[in-house]
Amino acid sequence: MAEDFVIEMLNITKEFPGIKANDDITLQLRRGEIHALLGENGAGKSTLMSVLFGLYQPEKGVIKKDGKEVRIKDPNDANRLGIGMVHQHFKLVECFTVLDNIILGVESTKMGFLQKDAARKKVMALSEKYGLRVDPDALVEDISVGMQQRVEILKMLYRDNDILIFDEPTAVLTPQEIDELMEIMRGFKAEGKSILFITHKLNEIMAVADRCTVLRKGRYMGTVDIADTTKEELSRMMVGRNVQFVVDKKPCEPGDNILEVENLVVPSRIHKNNAVKGVSFNVRAGEIVCVAGIEGNGQSELVFGVTGLEKATCGRIRLCGQDITNARIRDRSKAGMSHIPEDRHKHGLVLDYTLGQNLVLQRYWQPQFQNHGFIRSGEVQKYADRLIQEYDIRSGQGAATIARSMSGGNQQKAIIAREIDKDPQLLVAVQPTRGLDVGAIEFIHKQLVAERDAGRAVLLVSLELDEVMNLSDRILVMYEGEIVGEFDPRTTTVEELGLYMAGGKKQKEGQA
Amino acid sequence: MNQKRKPLSQNATLIGVLASLLSILIGLVLGFVLLVVLNPGAALEGMTQMLTKGVSNLSSFSQVLYQAAPLMMCGLSVGFAYKTGLFNIGAPGQYTMGVFFALLFAIQFQMPWFVCLLAAMVGGAAWGVFPGLFKALFNVNEVITSIMFNWIGMYLVNLLIANMPVMLASAWGASNSDRTAALSSANPGAIIPKCGLDKLFGDSPWINISILITVLLAIVVWVVLQKTTFGYELKACGLNRDASQYAGINAKRNVVLSMVIAGGLAGAGGGIYYLAGTVQYVIEKAILGMGFDGIAVALLANSHPIGAIFSSLFVSYLQVGGSAMQPNYSPETTDIVIAVIIYLAAFALLMRGVITKALSRRKEKEASGK
Ligand SMILES: Nc1ncnc2c1ncn2[C@@H]1O[C@H](COP(=O)(O)OP(=O)(O)OP(=O)(O)O)[C@@H](O)[C@H]1O
Ligand SMILES: [Mg+2]
Repeated sequence: MAEDFVIEMLNITKEFPGIKANDDITLQLRRGEIHALLGENGAGKSTLMSVLFGLYQPEKGVIKKDGKEVRIKDPNDANRLGIGMVHQHFKLVECFTVLDNIILGVESTKMGFLQKDAARKKVMALSEKYGLRVDPDALVEDISVGMQQRVEILKMLYRDNDILIFDEPTAVLTPQEIDELMEIMRGFKAEGKSILFITHKLNEIMAVADRCTVLRKGRYMGTVDIADTTKEELSRMMVGRNVQFVVDKKPCEPGDNILEVENLVVPSRIHKNNAVKGVSFNVRAGEIVCVAGIEGNGQSELVFGVTGLEKATCGRIRLCGQDITNARIRDRSKAGMSHIPEDRHKHGLVLDYTLGQNLVLQRYWQPQFQNHGFIRSGEVQKYADRLIQEYDIRSGQGAATIARSMSGGNQQKAIIAREIDKDPQLLVAVQPTRGLDVGAIEFIHKQLVAERDAGRAVLLVSLELDEVMNLSDRILVMYEGEIVGEFDPRTTTVEELGLYMAGGKKQKEGQA
Repeated sequence: MNQKRKPLSQNATLIGVLASLLSILIGLVLGFVLLVVLNPGAALEGMTQMLTKGVSNLSSFSQVLYQAAPLMMCGLSVGFAYKTGLFNIGAPGQYTMGVFFALLFAIQFQMPWFVCLLAAMVGGAAWGVFPGLFKALFNVNEVITSIMFNWIGMYLVNLLIANMPVMLASAWGASNSDRTAALSSANPGAIIPKCGLDKLFGDSPWINISILITVLLAIVVWVVLQKTTFGYELKACGLNRDASQYAGINAKRNVVLSMVIAGGLAGAGGGIYYLAGTVQYVIEKAILGMGFDGIAVALLANSHPIGAIFSSLFVSYLQVGGSAMQPNYSPETTDIVIAVIIYLAAFALLMRGVITKALSRRKEKEASGK
């Protein structure tokens, strides 16, 4: 035996209506390696991993574990083979506690009664050992995304899995949490566990992976050793052309105030205190203002307040001179506000509607799309086809595809297309490139800059400092519900921002 | 686009129909087993009766249509609400209110039938408002309020009718005062017209144009849900309330409207049944079952308005057949058998998966056999 493969997926083909998601793909996972899986949005990464985890049955191909052919009919089979998976969109029971979620499906019982004490001990021991901080008694709906992910990881460990699949684990994490996760993954590797790791962030692949397999449009492009490759080469392999990582921007020429926020106070949904404590700022036409900060410092609530998803308890918001503090969401939208929301499944999409229906979610009531209350489906179709074309939204059946069946990145592209095409005065974008491949990020960044150059105002909330430095014309740093500093990206550094984000420093109140 | 013919295992419509038929068949077999257990001698005859009665003669068939009409309305009511994310278990109460309003306008106010029918809709709709408001304003689960309003509705109607002497049969030449007057004596103009349909059905007393009205309404409901911006909003609220809020849809208003429309549909069902002139409202102590049967109708139809046309006919067919088994089996028994059949028919969804799997397995075998 030349090489020691724990898992071999040979010539896997998986079809969905209208699309071959996996077309003759081969992937071999060495024992004790971190193997990255790279590919554009919709390339078939999640599908391939779901095949390995027993969620889908491939039409063709075989899977081997330790050289022996196995059939994985469902996740229970996968579990017995030691395969665990953290999904791109978590699969936790919201109203259960962390502990209940971890033991769900493998509960130990005595005469029909749950035996939780032993389980709790094991979970706490694992949590300690790998530095996966969780509160076992908290309800999942109350905890942060980061902790939810740690719960998913503990689920795998609790089941003694030694082949771990991570599907875009870092898309929802803060930079600090990402570093922690990388450390944890290295720890697993040192113990001899084998890891399959999907990510769109090439830096992460360069940092932890041993090898990387690249897919493009459902097909296998090759496997490379990370030691002898570069970011540029990887991205070329993946999209078939050179990708620009930095956007070209003309100097900013700000115009009139579009958004004016004065002394805004927004309550928190989680705790009793205010999440946003009297924030004032403005966004002018033709500039991109970025709100930076560590997750949970009130950025989300600030956006809720501005967009109307949460009522502001105090303060004043003006859009193009019009007071919208208490305006309904529809009226804000009519006044020229677009919103790319943070949580695409919760707010951004009606998952069981088709892609076409989702693309008109903000405009179905406009005369273009309805006639005396009847939807003009022909127009909707035409409009959807245009956006699908322009934004390269990939799916099996075009506008008729159910949004739920689309790949995560393409769902995100659909939302972005819808919100930008609304031609807003103000575009509020929260983590707009979350889950997008490098090619798509390049495209979206260009779109955002184009909006700005067309004289639109853009309010961008991002946790990624690269994106912040790259795109913004002005940076506001938020810490504990307040804006603690305003910076010009040309004269500041990531380190300085970091200092303010961590609460180590605060500028004097200097702005109007 | 490649226009390859879809393999059998991917033809959703065909599999859907196949699955429904298969589940019904299994239901019938189980129902038969039950009959054998309860009264072996009469089982075969009973089952035959049940399955053939509905088409055995024109009179029975017209009875199937006659009962299908209110069932369809209740099914539409439950199905419509369900499509918008609400479980309208209040259909029985709304139905009872519809009955009351129809009879009130027919007997007390001496109105023509279409006014009475409209009144029935308004009555049902009014009874849908409360659960809708409670849900929208205080986030009280509609199931709980609906159930309470079923009972409130029933006792309120009983109370009102008992205290309205003109409404009672005794005021119109009959002796009993425990029920409302027969429309034939109180106000023949309030009886839904037959428009010659009775000639087609051998002078059957059951038939009138109500089945046509309900089919029309089913189509209207389908159009509203499928083709209008209003339906788009309602369904969006049902599927994802957060996203509909994000899109600026007034979710609270839609919850109330949805319950009002569902109530109106159930109310129309009550009106249609009692305006046929063949039954009188008896002051009862039990909630009228028609609304509950609507849940089964909606379930079988997978909440689809057009599906409700067929599922209500199916349920009605079984009920008419069931009543023909009566001397040998008690009404309760036939109810159980009908329930078993309906219950299994609802397994169609499960069956769909089984069939798809079986078909694709066959395809696999064929492929490997080559
Ligand atoms: N359950 C499904 N039904 C129909 N089509 C599906 C289903 N799951 C995935 N697809 C399609 O298969 C293709 C591959 O999807 P997949 O989720 O594997 O992409 P991905 O590589 O994980 O992309 P992303 O980076 O955006 O997450 C997509 O075009 C998607 O529309
Ligand atoms: Mg994916």
